[in-house]
Amino acid sequence: MSNTSANSYWKANIKLVLTLLCVWFLISFACGILFVDVLDNIRFGGFKLGFWIAQQGSILTFIALILIYIRAMDKLDSQYKQASSNDAQDTEGEAQ
Amino acid sequence: MSVQMWTYVFVFLSFSLYIGIAIWSRAESTKEFYVAGGGVHPVANGMATAADWMSAASFISMTGLISFLGRDGTFYLMGWTGGYVLLALLLAPYLRKFGKFTVPDFIGDRYYSQTARLVAVFSAIVISFIYVCGQMQGAGIVFSRFLEVDVTTGVIIGMAIVFFYAVLGGMKGITYTQVAQYCVLIFAFMVPAIFISIMMTGQAIPQIGFGSELLDGSGYLLDRLDGLSQELGFATYTEGQRSTQDVFFITAALMFGTAGLPHVIIRFFTVPNVRDARRSAGYAIIFIAILYSTAPTVAAFARANLINSVSNAEYSAMPDWFGKWETTNLISFDDKNNDGKIQYVGDAERNELTVSADIMVMANPEIAGLPNWVIALVTAGALAAALSTAAGLLLVISTSVAHDMLKRTFMPSISEKQELLYARLSIFVAVLIAGYVGMNPPAYVAQVVAFAFGLAAASFFPAIVLGIFQKKMNKQGAISGMAAGFIFTASYIIYFKLINPAASTADNWLFGISPEGIGTLGTLINLGFAYTIARFTPDPPDDVQELVENIRLPGES
Repeated sequence: MSNTSANSYWKANIKLVLTLLCVWFLISFACGILFVDVLDNIRFGGFKLGFWIAQQGSILTFIALILIYIRAMDKLDSQYKQASSNDAQDTEGEAQ
Repeated sequence: MSVQMWTYVFVFLSFSLYIGIAIWSRAESTKEFYVAGGGVHPVANGMATAADWMSAASFISMTGLISFLGRDGTFYLMGWTGGYVLLALLLAPYLRKFGKFTVPDFIGDRYYSQTARLVAVFSAIVISFIYVCGQMQGAGIVFSRFLEVDVTTGVIIGMAIVFFYAVLGGMKGITYTQVAQYCVLIFAFMVPAIFISIMMTGQAIPQIGFGSELLDGSGYLLDRLDGLSQELGFATYTEGQRSTQDVFFITAALMFGTAGLPHVIIRFFTVPNVRDARRSAGYAIIFIAILYSTAPTVAAFARANLINSVSNAEYSAMPDWFGKWETTNLISFDDKNNDGKIQYVGDAERNELTVSADIMVMANPEIAGLPNWVIALVTAGALAAALSTAAGLLLVISTSVAHDMLKRTFMPSISEKQELLYARLSIFVAVLIAGYVGMNPPAYVAQVVAFAFGLAAASFFPAIVLGIFQKKMNKQGAISGMAAGFIFTASYIIYFKLINPAASTADNWLFGISPEGIGTLGTLINLGFAYTIARFTPDPPDDVQELVENIRLPGES
């Protein structure tokens, strides 16, 4: 296992998770709780926006976040496998 | 056919299905008993996780609570779904990569300490046990109300069924019955929801009906509900009553708690690899969201329906369902001004109708006048929800005893056969105790459910996340953090819920945080202790740091 590719894999992973958690916090805690009264001034159909985010939109966002995470991690995994097998070849080459 | 007949038919069919699955999926090894052999397909695991997660409380009580809380009920919705984001991003893949059987396995190995393992075993058993008693009680109540048997008989039937597939099949039996139970419960929840949405708004999708105009021409559903609430002196439905910080803390405590509940976490040990662990978290949130996004719509429909049916109506002219639910004390009428009409108003002095939150799901189909088979379906769904969760919790108790306490701590020399026998024995004893508590429920069972979430949030969640994301976190930090979080949260809840419930008002609460939300502060206290103490104590040994590096990387289990 190569340290450089492992490190960059972990860094990319942390960055992805932090980004997704920012959205998670923004939609649920910020829009759904802290600023819900302000957002309630905006209406669409029979809904006040803040209320809709709190009882419907936040749940849809959670689904989207997990699905994005699954896709992004699959990509990251295959990049890592590629990189670590390249690294392994390099080390072999140097040894020879 | 009468409702009663339909109920017997549905309950009989669904129970036969569970028993059939139990016979088919007997566990032969500890790996099968603990993690279903580790070969569960992510879709199946997603369904099983959803059924494991959605309890009698989610199925029966939550909708009714939201009905009466209005917008404040949001903390259940966001708390119990948002926790899956944390679970999927921060815990599930790494714990699967770690590749053992239980949460105390991880805590004990990661923090290279038998003390840490035992603290985790203790927390897991306390949390699961509190939770399972509520499920047994829920199952007993549903039986007694719909099948007209007494609560004791109801609990015994429930125990016998759970016992059958949990003892025979362990996690393997539980997993596949949970898949079936998910299908039963989601069908039972959605059919009445769709019916009532069509009846009231003409929209087949309840989530759309939620924001639509009512067919009776009185405008948008939510506006009408706000109007009715104001007219009758109730709190406006789409506005909040609780303080913002309390809602914030309760939501966070439910999210952290969800991500730290051992019976949910162990479901992710049952899939073949890390990639499938992530996938099944995705399926789980979708399957859960179907119910959780429908619940607030049913809450609003049912509330509007209830007000329309009872407000200022002649008591003598009330339909059958009213009398039926009166006999169960879920609804009660006290004609204070002797006018023979029902005054259902916000003012406690003049209000004549008391309605239990549980009635909103259970009686809603009757109030809306839906067909008999739909009414009967709700019983089968509620039982599926209670039994599936109970089984998952009992398994945690059994693995904690047989695997973590005996095999890994006190009797490491026992053979696999003996371990399996102990696992079956402990699940058997746990079923008996849970059943006993279900038959003789202490008055505070409903109140201490807040415990389970608060304690999971304050003990497991931070310890596991730190174990993965902080390579230098050591055993001293983790153990003191878990102990501090657990003790703080438990004391706060015990004080306000059991010792001095009269003092439980916003003025007396710490920073205005109710006992339901205190787990969030417990989480922060856990983190504070862990970081501070880890700074002044030695780093974990090299092999543990390597273990952490290893679980962070993808690859075969």
